[in-house]
Amino acid sequence: MASKKVPEINASSTADIAFLLLVFFLVTTTMDTDNGLVRKLPPMPQSKQKQEVQQVNKRNVLPVLVNSSDRLLVNGEPTDISQLRAKTKEFIVNPNNNPHLSAKKMKQFDGLGNYMVSEGVVSLQNDRATSYQMYIKVQNELIAAFNELRDELSMQQYGKKYLLLLEDQQNIIKDVYPQRISEAEPKNIGGK
Amino acid sequence: MAKFANKEKKGLPAISTASLPDVVFMLLFFFMVSTTMRKGEVKVTVIPPAATEWSKIERKSLVSYIYIGSPIKSMQTKYGTESRIQLNDSYKSLNDIRDFIAAEREARNEADRAYMTTSLKIDKDTRMGIVSDVKQELRKANALKIIYSTHKAAAGDKLN
Repeated sequence: MASKKVPEINASSTADIAFLLLVFFLVTTTMDTDNGLVRKLPPMPQSKQKQEVQQVNKRNVLPVLVNSSDRLLVNGEPTDISQLRAKTKEFIVNPNNNPHLSAKKMKQFDGLGNYMVSEGVVSLQNDRATSYQMYIKVQNELIAAFNELRDELSMQQYGKKYLLLLEDQQNIIKDVYPQRISEAEPKNIGGK
Repeated sequence: MAKFANKEKKGLPAISTASLPDVVFMLLFFFMVSTTMRKGEVKVTVIPPAATEWSKIERKSLVSYIYIGSPIKSMQTKYGTESRIQLNDSYKSLNDIRDFIAAEREARNEADRAYMTTSLKIDKDTRMGIVSDVKQELRKANALKIIYSTHKAAAGDKLN
């Protein structure tokens, strides 16, 4: 009993501790983050098939143009990017039934009853020299506008955010506010 | 006096570290399962733009990547600084996209092919011309589900 000494600190675990630290840094530093804006491209029209020209009433289109120096033109007016979201929402909701904004149609929904659905389409066109950053900003604002509308409706109907809803509830909301963003072929004015 | 001497010699018992390797291995396995290997090296500089409305990619195994950006420093002497498209491990032209998509599709099992997504990792300073061309090629290849890779920004942040 008297011969027992103070035990030495075991050093064999330091390697493991280092390993743990390594793992810690793996977690905290940014890994290849895989997230982004999900979009769906329109299918290519069959060349032989006659292209159907879809008649869309002029009031139902919100033209969003981005030029080669990254300036915005929304519905014919120069607009700052910070106003795009509000303008898009106003265009879709059209609270005062302005005849220049999108038309609405009454539609029946299963869990919701009748609801006015906008026929509006956002038409986005950019120049070939527009920067990708600007393009993503515009896309982001447009998607944000639709997401906000969906959130507002789902809060009002179900008291929850859109993302927290059940799948069939999400589908109803999605039908009320379909994400109609169409992209036209880019122009080539600003050169390369 | 004897009392003190006795106490000093007894000391503390060593803490058993026998289970530490198990803990670390558990962590290691966790990472091995939950993360995927990065495919090859990226030969273009990609700083994705920021966005607030991002969503996550659900199944990484069904994603194919297209990188667009200017070549990395060591490649610039050979390829210049013009934006280039990278598929797999090398610079490719627009015409190769269709083959690339076909090959990616071939590599997946049949039931999953409908859910395939193409992730576009594009540098924020790229001009839209090349991006539109790539999108057009993807439409031709019928790879319609795309995701613009972005860097997360909180809802209130100003996007720069």
